Amino acid sequence: MGTERARVGIEPQRAVEAPAPPLTRRLAQSQSVRELVKGLWANNPIFRMLLGLCPTLGATNMAVNGFTMGISTTFVVVASSITVSLIRRLVPSEVRIPTYMIIIAAYVTVVDLFLRAFVPELSKALGPFIPLIVTNCFVLGRAEAFASQNRPWLSAMDALGVGLGFTASLTSLGIIRELLGFGSVFGVQLLGDWWEPWVIMILPGGAFLALGLFIGLIRYFSPGGTLGGA
Amino acid sequence: MDIFLIIVGAILTNNILLTTFFGLCPFIGVSGEYEAAAGMGMAVIFVLTLTAPINWLIEHLLLEPLGVEYLRFITFIITIAFLVQIVEMFVARFSPALYQALGIYLPLITVNCAIFGTSLFMVFWELGFLESAAFGFGAGVGWALAILAMAAIRERLRFAPIPKGFEGPAITLIIAGLMALGFAGFSGMINIQAFGG
Repeated sequence: MGTERARVGIEPQRAVEAPAPPLTRRLAQSQSVRELVKGLWANNPIFRMLLGLCPTLGATNMAVNGFTMGISTTFVVVASSITVSLIRRLVPSEVRIPTYMIIIAAYVTVVDLFLRAFVPELSKALGPFIPLIVTNCFVLGRAEAFASQNRPWLSAMDALGVGLGFTASLTSLGIIRELLGFGSVFGVQLLGDWWEPWVIMILPGGAFLALGLFIGLIRYFSPGGTLGGA
Repeated sequence: MDIFLIIVGAILTNNILLTTFFGLCPFIGVSGEYEAAAGMGMAVIFVLTLTAPINWLIEHLLLEPLGVEYLRFITFIITIAFLVQIVEMFVARFSPALYQALGIYLPLITVNCAIFGTSLFMVFWELGFLESAAFGFGAGVGWALAILAMAAIRERLRFAPIPKGFEGPAITLIIAGLMALGFAGFSGMINIQAFGG
């Protein structure tokens, strides 16, 4: 009886430990995955930190523009973070910001030439906003705040998380603006003839209004109130 | 090609902040206080009036003859960074009063996309040297006008009952949207792009 009860007493503990499979637990504990996930929401450049706003408005009149812009920025932020991390011991701290800017500008040139060669219409639609990744503050921010102090692998994961968070934000804003402004999503007509397109949504004024409402609603519904921002 | 029309066009019809969103991060960040906004606006006018013609010279006397236009982004950003540094040292040496006013805003300007974006537009629209200088000045004045108007509105908003979650950036963006709609009323008056070529 005594041993029986003891066994019963032990069993719940085992049951608690058992459901967490070793692989997911190891993943959740690994630092690289944590850095990746942090960028998606907690460090989301747009909704949390309010960085990189010009492309967020300028390149989101259509979902596909927002998506392209996001992926291009993700490439630049990952590549420049890895490079900055690799040379972090070689760069004197007085000239680090100009050095980072040159590295970022070089990768932006690569993206710009790539888009112009393979998707010329998209490149034309995005206009000055691809070159403007050079002055996107969150790209420089990741280099300065994270990659200059961490190993390349961790820096890449951090940059990838932030880049994907940025892409998701831009794409969702693009979907909303395209749906209301053209009645379509990714060029596919969803709303029928009865829908009177809101032309304002694809104008600059509508871009400001949409992002303002988006950020306001997210902050209204997110627990813990406002984080970061000016 | 009237220089005056380019300046007015850059301020009203093609306002870089309200039509192309350049310089939006400092616009949201610094427009909370009127004096800070005035300092930032002055610094932007100052640097833009210098960088646009200097980058024009670099584009047409250096990059084009050598056929290395693909180095444009790198050279422009280096020029801007150096110029901001030189301006900062120059102002600190010769006008301590101005340095007091602009001091902390000058370093921030390197990553203000309004500066870089204006130089890019100057190339895209194939403006001439004087036109570039006029466009740089007008773009700076337009940006300063927008941030001063926003700072004045936000001073008024300080005691307004704003819904939860919409304080700060969200309400600023919504007001900027209304301002952009107002400025859209100027569109069609003057088109700077028509001057190009």
